[in-house]
Amino acid sequence: MSPTDPLDPLDRALILATQGGLPLVSRPYEGLAAQLGIDAAQVQARLARMLETGLIRRIGAVPNHYALGYAANGMTVWDVDDARIDALGEQVGALPFVTHCYHRPRHRPDWPYNLFAMVHAHDRAEVLRHADRIADLLGDALQGWDVLFSSKILKKTGLRLKD
Amino acid sequence: MAERQARAELSELDRRIINAMQGGFPLTDTPYRDVAAGLGISEDALLVRLRELLETRVLTRFGPMYQIERMGGKFVLAAMAVPEARFDAVAEQVNALPEVAHNYRREHRFNMWFVLATETPEGIDAAVARIEADTGLPVYPFPKLREYFVEMKLSA
Repeated sequence: MSPTDPLDPLDRALILATQGGLPLVSRPYEGLAAQLGIDAAQVQARLARMLETGLIRRIGAVPNHYALGYAANGMTVWDVDDARIDALGEQVGALPFVTHCYHRPRHRPDWPYNLFAMVHAHDRAEVLRHADRIADLLGDALQGWDVLFSSKILKKTGLRLKD
Repeated sequence: MAERQARAELSELDRRIINAMQGGFPLTDTPYRDVAAGLGISEDALLVRLRELLETRVLTRFGPMYQIERMGGKFVLAAMAVPEARFDAVAEQVNALPEVAHNYRREHRFNMWFVLATETPEGIDAAVARIEADTGLPVYPFPKLREYFVEMKLSA
């Protein structure tokens, strides 16, 4: 993670104006510009800069994975030897069916797992086959694992800055 | 929550739109027209389909994905073990916080998993304290120690 600069007021205003989504109109940047009292070219330049610095990961649509037929969403969690987790985490993250992969803290004794890999698939059997492949990859660095299937999306709004 | 669980009936065009719109939206004067041209449809047709996909919650959102860590903020995954009898009420309490960006029910003793997104790192602690006070249940935070991979695109 690179060091962060304090958020520029105009960038912040732009985030506030777009965190609910981009306007679905022919000239969306012009609409935002009018709202912020600047011109469309400035909005475009600001967004381009935020993409460059990584403040914006991407501009696009977020699908509800259930609606796309990805009925099984398994959070696979692994208790992996701490000394080897970085090398193995990179390899697990590179597997084509893993959509997110993180090293996170354990909460012993309730939670021994330190590697989290999200797997989206069409059914649970497919998730479990993918998990077997992760287990093989982790080999003797693996002390235990589990798969937590999601059964409901309770909320999915994304980031909301306060006004 | 009106979140649909069922697989949506999607036309071939809807699938192409969803696949094309998951990233790389252009920073041009008429970006929808430009994406539509790539798909061989009119701008109006694209806007109509996008509105419909958002309304029916096939798409949960369309716009920039902000990486809050780059602006001094924090994203933290957190879990709770919620008694089944109180699950819906607790979900309502948790979801009421604007800091909760998403929330999933999972089949485990830890049956509620949500992501807190706040503009400052201190905001996370405040949100955790608030949820613990509101619900009387412990919150287990799982801040990321290292990110190995993130790629949220799913092909439709």
